[in-house]
Amino acid sequence: MAIDKATVLRIAKLARIEVADEATDGLADELNAIMAWVEQLSEVDTEGVEPMTSVVDVTPPLRSDTIDAVVPRDDLLANAPNSEDGFFVVPKVIE
Amino acid sequence: MSALTDLTIAGARAALDKGEFSARELTEAHIEACESARHLNAFVAETFDLALSQAEASDKRLAAGEGGVLEGMPLAIKDLYCTKGVHSTACSHILNGFEPPYESTVTANLWREGAVMLGKTNMDEFAMGSANVTSYYGNVTNPWQRTGDNKPMVPGGSSGGSAAAVAARMAIAATGTDTGGSIRQPAAFCGLVGLKPTYGRCSRWGIIAFASSLDQAGPLTRSVEDAALMLQAMAGHDVKDSTSVDAPVPDYRAALSGEVKGLRVGVPAEYRLDGMPEEIEALWQQGIDWYRDAGAEIVDISLPHTKYSLPTYYIVAPAECSSNLARYDGVRYGLREADDDLTRMYERTRAKGFGPEVQRRIMIGTYVLSAGYYDAYYLKAQKLRTLIARDFQQAFEKVDVVLTPTAPSAAFAIGEKMDDPIAMYLNDVFTVPASMAGLPGISVPAGLSAEGLPLGLQLLGQPFDEARMLNAARFLEIAANFTARPSGVVEGAS
Repeated sequence: MAIDKATVLRIAKLARIEVADEATDGLADELNAIMAWVEQLSEVDTEGVEPMTSVVDVTPPLRSDTIDAVVPRDDLLANAPNSEDGFFVVPKVIE
Repeated sequence: MSALTDLTIAGARAALDKGEFSARELTEAHIEACESARHLNAFVAETFDLALSQAEASDKRLAAGEGGVLEGMPLAIKDLYCTKGVHSTACSHILNGFEPPYESTVTANLWREGAVMLGKTNMDEFAMGSANVTSYYGNVTNPWQRTGDNKPMVPGGSSGGSAAAVAARMAIAATGTDTGGSIRQPAAFCGLVGLKPTYGRCSRWGIIAFASSLDQAGPLTRSVEDAALMLQAMAGHDVKDSTSVDAPVPDYRAALSGEVKGLRVGVPAEYRLDGMPEEIEALWQQGIDWYRDAGAEIVDISLPHTKYSLPTYYIVAPAECSSNLARYDGVRYGLREADDDLTRMYERTRAKGFGPEVQRRIMIGTYVLSAGYYDAYYLKAQKLRTLIARDFQQAFEKVDVVLTPTAPSAAFAIGEKMDDPIAMYLNDVFTVPASMAGLPGISVPAGLSAEGLPLGLQLLGQPFDEARMLNAARFLEIAANFTARPSGVVEGAS
């Protein structure tokens, strides 16, 4: 199915990327070209093939749930665009 | 004695032990080279003061007989690696000003062995690109040029700044990362050795994530022996990365006999592409002949799903990228575009902070993971990945290594292939399949194109069999005897 303007806007909304109205046609063309190219995968019969979950054959390791390294709060906040009283500041979300 | 900036790690490290020069002198020579080659735009942050203090510390350790494997070696570090208190932005505007409060495991391993950091290198934004033309900090220029033509060439990507820095003798070696070819392809374009280890060989902790099931750290060097030494320091198990493998790190340098008698070298039929330049085909044949003449056994193999690797990659990698890059929200670090509404703040921040190629991949990834499309695209791609990996497993029952070209062309000029994303993606047609299967690969400079640009041959190995692959690469290095230098880099310049 071709990606139309409405789909571009829906994807952009899901991805939380602002897309200007005049850019949607160009984006739709680009995405359609890429999706048409990957469409060739449909010619491969994958019936009964297990999807890959890991390229290396290892059992995920277990570890004890203990605190081992803590980055000081102020060091973490130092990169924040806006912080106050030891917190990250965001626009008001509760009326 | 040749110029300090012409030395390999192996050569410089031995000379430091003999006291022929100091670590400080070695670092100073490289700083000077960095300063005189700034026009290449290889570095996005220089850390020369840090480098000099690290070099002085190296001199003290050397005097005490405590030098590490990389003691005093001035390295360039890709901007994708988090380095404590130093610019680490993945060359994206969205990480504007980010200076992490922690150090990546791989760089920490390098400093433990005594290495020195010259600075952070330019790269395609979030490692998404094959020409280093998507960086927020501008294009990188390849120190190589076509004969009789001064048009600036791309260094390849995404580790383009690292490749340019090592080719231009600004750094003795560099770190890169390889998701679909981002170490091997720029190595080929810049006449270097580029090694992508097996997935899980090096820790990914502290390396800014692009596609987590594919990303792997590795070195760019001017010799195979140096690649072995760098990997020695970089590799190892890390409890902070649950996908890093708890297996001993062998002595890679000890494996480099250059002897290939009896080695079974696989040549995959599917890598002969229609329209592939004749000189690439000829170089590949030359490589086959070198191995055969040295007593290796050449085995024709088939990797039937090769042609599906690239489209599979362009589902899996964008899917993982859309998920990984969800964290850039303008709250905890980097850029924020202020708005009274939280969602609009996210949307405006991400629109301004991500460049066009990154936005394109996030959108593709979001689409293939969205409700109703997951099975058709993402699940299908993961099944293809199983088939691609199975092709290699079956081939490796008959061969020890696989020999292919690294890239379908030599470097191209900045500005070429820019308006068609798929044409750009085809750069990685020979490197992506091994990435999909998690296998180690190495590119070795093997010849020059008719236009005077370097061409690479690629060797692929079995999982965690880097030692044998490196030895096969060492043979190729001896056979090819690649001594050409970029036109702009004169011997003994510093």
